[in-house]
Amino acid sequence: MKLRAIHERCSGCRACALACSLANFREMNPAKSALRIEGRFPAPGDYRIHLCDQCGACAEACPEGAIVLVDGAYIIDADLCTGCLTCIEACPHSVMYEHPGAATPIKCTLCGACAEICPRGAVVMEGGA
Amino acid sequence: MLFGYAGHILEVNLSTGRITKTPLPEDLARDYIGGRGFVARLLWDRIRRGTDPFSPENLLIVATGPMSGHLVPASGKTHFGTKSPATGGYADSNMGGHFGPALKYAGYDILILSGRAPGPGYLFIEDGTVELRSAEAHWGSGAITAEEELKKELGDDFQIITIGPAGENLVRFACVSHDFGRQAGRTGAGAVMGSKNLKAVAVRGTGGLPVFDAEGLFEKGCEAFEKVKAKPGFAGWTPEGTAGITDWVNEVGAFPTRNFQTSFFPGYKNINGRAVLEHLKITDKGCFCCPTPCGKYGRAGTGLGSVYVEGPEYESIALLGGACVLESVEDIAYANYVCDQLGLDTISAGAVAAWAMECFEKGILTEEKVGRKIRFGDLEGMVYLFEKIAARDGIGDLLAEGVMRASREVGRGSEDFAIHVKGLEWSGYESRNAPGMMLAYMTADVGAHHNRAWALGHDVAGSAASVHDLISSGGSRGKLPKATVTGKAERVIELQHIRPLFDCLGICRLQYMELGFEAENYEELFFLVTGRRMSWAELLQISERVWHLTRAFSVREIEGFGREFDYPPPRFFREPVPDGPNEGHYLTRRELDTLLDEYYAARGWDQNGVPTEETLRRAGLADVADALRVEK
Repeated sequence: MKLRAIHERCSGCRACALACSLANFREMNPAKSALRIEGRFPAPGDYRIHLCDQCGACAEACPEGAIVLVDGAYIIDADLCTGCLTCIEACPHSVMYEHPGAATPIKCTLCGACAEICPRGAVVMEGGA
Repeated sequence: MLFGYAGHILEVNLSTGRITKTPLPEDLARDYIGGRGFVARLLWDRIRRGTDPFSPENLLIVATGPMSGHLVPASGKTHFGTKSPATGGYADSNMGGHFGPALKYAGYDILILSGRAPGPGYLFIEDGTVELRSAEAHWGSGAITAEEELKKELGDDFQIITIGPAGENLVRFACVSHDFGRQAGRTGAGAVMGSKNLKAVAVRGTGGLPVFDAEGLFEKGCEAFEKVKAKPGFAGWTPEGTAGITDWVNEVGAFPTRNFQTSFFPGYKNINGRAVLEHLKITDKGCFCCPTPCGKYGRAGTGLGSVYVEGPEYESIALLGGACVLESVEDIAYANYVCDQLGLDTISAGAVAAWAMECFEKGILTEEKVGRKIRFGDLEGMVYLFEKIAARDGIGDLLAEGVMRASREVGRGSEDFAIHVKGLEWSGYESRNAPGMMLAYMTADVGAHHNRAWALGHDVAGSAASVHDLISSGGSRGKLPKATVTGKAERVIELQHIRPLFDCLGICRLQYMELGFEAENYEELFFLVTGRRMSWAELLQISERVWHLTRAFSVREIEGFGREFDYPPPRFFREPVPDGPNEGHYLTRRELDTLLDEYYAARGWDQNGVPTEETLRRAGLADVADALRVEK
């Protein structure tokens, strides 16, 4: 399974980011989410969804081997993570985030909450395991 | 612990630079909920009687509600409250977008702005960091341009409100702008911001909000999204948004046309929701956490140029299109863009331009006075007027005062067709054969605005159907009989409590009003967010309290305030509608009095429209009753 963004369907409501923070942190806080909606205004007047496609660049870059593939998602092992933030720099889509209230960088866990809430079908889960 | 709320009030005195953060008082949250309720109570408590709206002593209050920023449908609403430069009385205006949630994530439910900055400034808020910074570089910029520039400077994840030149120059109908096309448009809040030398507020927050039952809210919030998506209006209403009502309003003869001379626009099919989709739209543009985005963002090409613009939504179509007789949706979108950049409310700007055009047609305003010929349907003339108004240059200085003051100065019968109540220009529903809607306009606390009670559906269909149900069942196909005048008060009062309740909660009413998403959903979501178990009826009681309080504020602040301030302009009680579905209809002055008599009695106000002491006490406003008695 993978997340896919269909940009032209997005209306910028950011419900995905709220659902992400609730699903992963039990918090109502879109700053603690693993995806980002960019509004490109006034021109060209559209939205871009920035999300993790589980490419694994973060795992390759991690000097501690703290990011491992579990059921199709690269997951940070909090016990091994030293907070060096190398992964954030390595992420080609800039969708890993630092947050003062999070012990490790924030990264997509492929939980699917964003795709489930999106009323526009702009973020979808697709593909097999 | 106050669940749902960020928990603090941020107060900035722009004169002294003093910044204070205080806990949100629990009794304020309990008795007034949030948003509009906060605004009403704080204005009553903290504005000294007789304060000039443009003086440093006036306040501009930005308030969210407990549900703003949470995972509930359309939780992006933010309220702006002040003493109105348009009416001199109570004012609040709200907008969608993302600003309110960001303010809460930064830690603040309410931002209170007082004083006047020594020079052009903007307020920077990033969590606990609050700074007044120079806006010299942005002063004079368009509202959209200023937002774009500030985003480039600060980052895309800042949420920003700005004013345009109209706000800087104290145009009485200047708006507060946000997110490249959302506005707190009404009541002149942008002019108050300008009077404080404040060009913008930029906010970014990284904190979370306390939730009474986060697990439960996650589950029920997702479920609420599913329920909204299952409503017929999700597929039927959302694609065109508010512009989709244009056909129906014309077919029931309520579309303000030629400065409200008539109520039907023959070319309405060229400026409806379908036309917006076919000729303008690039993307749907939603507010925070909204499953049903009514915003349509697009590009319009006209003889005057090509522009990116959000809209036009229905009200802009009605006032810039109908009232000023622009025949194409591209022209309306262009006029919309000009207003957005200048920071003019499209409703009032359209009404003011339409009044000026009629004055010109009747020879009351001359080419010499105006500086050029102006006529209905002429986009170039409208743009000329808007630019003059925003700069308060020449004729613009007169028009920047709004139709009430301008017509009093010009005279010669122009007051009869200055379409306003209390000094606020009329929005998009001509009501000579819609007595409920007429009463709603007459008694709306901010002046002639539809967004306190939209009673037109009740006038036409006699039911509480959702807007989607109304428009999908179609308008009329011929002449309409004269509507019954009696028995309107009860429904108008009910509606005046419902929409403003959403304004207290900090969420959009659209899923409820337009799509028919049921009230009990909100009881449950409110409980999960706040931990307070309140029935819909109990929530509406708070809305009623706020309604009496805003009336009391205007009684206190406006000399001689009362019944005389509740009448519409003479056009509506003297001139029959000349053509269209409501040809021949109008309301006599006696009928207007019947509407008011029934309304005041049902409200518990005296014959002059002043809340009685008993009514105020019953509503939990004993201190307000005491204060009004002392002032008598």
